[in-house]
Parts: sequence; C-alpha cells; structure tokens
Amino acid sequence: MTTYYSEDHEWITVDGDTATIGITAHAADQLGEVVFIELKDVEDEFEKGDEIGVIESVKAASEIYAPVDCEIIEANNMLEGAPGSMNEFAETDAWIYKIKITDAKQLEDLLDEEGYKAFIG
Amino acid sequence: MSDTESTAPRRTPLYDLHVELGGKMVDFAGWEMPVQYSAGIMAEHAQCREKAGVFDVSHMGQVELRGEGAARKLESIVPASIEPLAEGKARYTFFTNPEGGIMDDLIVSNAGDHLFLVVNASMRDQDIGHMRANLDGVDIVELTDRALVAVQGPKAVEVVGALCPDAIEMKFMETIVADIMGASCRISRLGYTGEDGYEISIPDEHAVSITRAFLAHDDCDVAGLGARDSLRLEAGLCLYGNDIDNDTSPIEAQLNWAIQKRRREEGGFPGADRILRELADGPSRKLVGIKPQGRAPARQGVEIQDTDGNTLGHITSGGFGPTVQGPVSMGYVAVNHANVGEVVNLIVRGKALPAEIIALPFVQQNYKR
Repeated sequence: MTTYYSEDHEWITVDGDTATIGITAHAADQLGEVVFIELKDVEDEFEKGDEIGVIESVKAASEIYAPVDCEIIEANNMLEGAPGSMNEFAETDAWIYKIKITDAKQLEDLLDEEGYKAFIG
Repeated sequence: MSDTESTAPRRTPLYDLHVELGGKMVDFAGWEMPVQYSAGIMAEHAQCREKAGVFDVSHMGQVELRGEGAARKLESIVPASIEPLAEGKARYTFFTNPEGGIMDDLIVSNAGDHLFLVVNASMRDQDIGHMRANLDGVDIVELTDRALVAVQGPKAVEVVGALCPDAIEMKFMETIVADIMGASCRISRLGYTGEDGYEISIPDEHAVSITRAFLAHDDCDVAGLGARDSLRLEAGLCLYGNDIDNDTSPIEAQLNWAIQKRRREEGGFPGADRILRELADGPSRKLVGIKPQGRAPARQGVEIQDTDGNTLGHITSGGFGPTVQGPVSMGYVAVNHANVGEVVNLIVRGKALPAEIIALPFVQQNYKR
C-alpha cells in the first residue's frame, strides 16, 4: 500500500484499484474544531477536482475534493455522529471514503509524504 | 477607503503576549488579532460561559468627546437619549444614516467632563470623520495610546475584583475610573458575550502586566475572536457588517429598546422619518433567531425560504454554538413569517434544510443588574 497526498490536503492510501481517502492532520489543525461533515452517497462517481463533501468547523466551511477520478464504495458513517474525531484521528480512524480508482495514472500527479511535507513547509 | 488598508496590519500592545500564548493570528479589520489560542474556540467559549475569559479588543476605537453641549450635539447623529445619561453610566446606540440605516453601533459613556465612546475597529475612521463633520464645536480625540481588554464570564467579578475592589459593586452599564496595579484605567461593566464582565481601557504601557495579572487567576484564561463571535451569536447580539449595516434599520434589527421615549417623540436624528414610521407601523422584515433542526451550520448569505420555496430573506450570522451544542443562526425574514415556532427552509449548498424561528437569545444573558 502506498500513500499519496494532494495539494488540497487530502491523503489517499492505495490498495490495488481501491483506496481510502481523508484529509491530513495538518488540514484538520488548520480548520479548527470540526462540527459537521456532509458526505456524498455510495456509488456516486466523480472526476478529479470535483467537490466530494464539505467539512464545517467552528470557523468555516471547507470543501473536500476528489484527488483522482473515482467512485465512492463506502463512506465513514462514524463521522456523522462524531465529526470532532476528525481533529484527533484525521489520518487513521477519521478516514472519509473508500473509493474505486477509475484512472490510476492520475496518482502520478500527487505528492509523496516528503513532497507534501515540503509543500506545507 | 482609508489609507490603513494598504499598509501592514497593525498590532495591539498585547501582540507579543498573544504569540507567546499560542494565539493563531489573523488579519481582522486591518489588525493582527488572535482568532483562537491552543485551547481552541470550543474550550475558550466554554471558559467564558463557565468561568472567565480575557479578550484583547484594543483594535476597537476609543474616542473622547469634549466641549460645551457635546451630549446634546451627539444626539443629532444617534437616536439614543444621551443628554440625560448620568455620570458613570454607559448606553448602547448607533449612528444612523439619512435613510434610517445603521452606519455603526457603539457604546457611549458619560465620563463626567467628557463622553467616552467605543466604536468598531473597521468603522473607526468613518465614525471619527462623521463626528468631525457633524459635531460643531466638539473636541474629538481618538485615544491611540490605550489598550482595551475585556474580561467576561461569571467569574469576571472575582478576576477583576481581586485587582480592583471598586469594580465589584458596579452594575451592568456602569463605568468608573479606578487604579489597577498603579495604572489609571476606565472600567465599564458590559461586554459582548451575554455574560457578566468588564471592558477595561488601560494605558498601553500597563496592558501586558495587567492582562498577565488577570490570567494568573485560577478561573481565568485567554479567549480569541472566534469565541467572541460564537458567544455574541448565542447571546443574540448584532455584529456590525453582518446583522446590521447601512441598509438595515434599527427597528428591523429589533433594537427598538435602544431608542428612548423622548427621542421617539422628538425625532431629530438622521433617518428619523423611516425609523419612527417603522416604530409606529412595524417594519416589513425582522431580525430573528433561527435554529437549524439538523447538524449543518447555516452561515452568512444562506437563503431562507418558506416551505413552498418562496424567498423570505437571508442568514446574516450563523455557525456552531458551543453552549447550544448545535448550529445557530440569525437572519432577516419577511414580517408575516417572523413568528416564533414557524418552520422555514435554509438553502445550504443547494439543499433545503428545515429550521425553526426562535426567540433570541439562544443562551440567556447573565448580566449584573
């Protein structure tokens, strides 16, 4: 399994043609305390860059974007009841979707861990 | 507009202390201010509701008006009764425009030999220009060498009282000058959180030591502008630029209580035609509290519809209320729909989310009357 990062502060851990995605701990920290998460439905299909959900913090609303072309195969329903877990476990238990990757070539455009760390400075 | 917009953001005397305490600094109305500290908005909000929080509000404008008849002259540009205001008393009012809209809201205190005004940071240049243009023979002095620190919450009386016993017996909307740690401070028992508390004008060079002394109290901690906003929203207090502006009248904003009887009878302030007409006949729209029934916050700009899809108005302030433990909003709706208990729809990202009109505030105000 390999983890990639987007410049929109999402992580994507790839396992064959499926992957788990979420937002980075850095992004969660910048957002502040998360109070609500709006998720898309399973089987919805998206292109890279499409809005695939919204995270509301005490400060503001922020969109989540598809890091690659994908179909949603599972949404993390725990987030609905416990949106605040996003602040503690952004890169583990507070994953957002499991997806089917429909264009694996797009992974090459993403950052690796070192690249993301450099990006956020 | 003003030349301050093109220059670097300004810093208050407490800037270094904010950074030391983990403040996340943001540009606010041309000032570098802490939106939150390491504890986070939720904890800072709870601190103020349960104990005491300290806010730096030095970015707000502090102005002295001096001269013969200053109170009477000020009444020509605000609809509150200022002339009979007793020494040591403070009053909420607003500058109105000729159309009956609100140019800014402010607090006016009778400080004995002068009036002491506190105006919004983003409006201080406008307000001072407006007063200079309209208050003939009044000396208008902007205090640029004083910090303004708010101590808010049920324990504020203990935090401030420990350093200044004279503050303990003060009542809501009273103001005094008193010594704190050797500095002459103006202490006013009021605030913007719905809680008991004080706003304290402190000479710049004493601001850090006095703020540190407040923070040394076990029941006191820092709070940022994020908590200040969620506290005032739960308390149903208007934010200038969001809930009130040049297009909203004080009657639409439900600020009737701030226009005293004599001014209603006599008029004589800008926009009196509209304001007195709305007082008599009622406004066509009203500012109301709106409680979303789900979990999604409905923020400024969200459209309010009736259940048939007709537009009723828009949300002017909205977010998550930490004490309410859910989303809270305020907005203007057409008066025939401004009924407590009425269900409306909020259009959030294209979806109609049900919400209920409620009587403000969301959280009961807790002033020392």
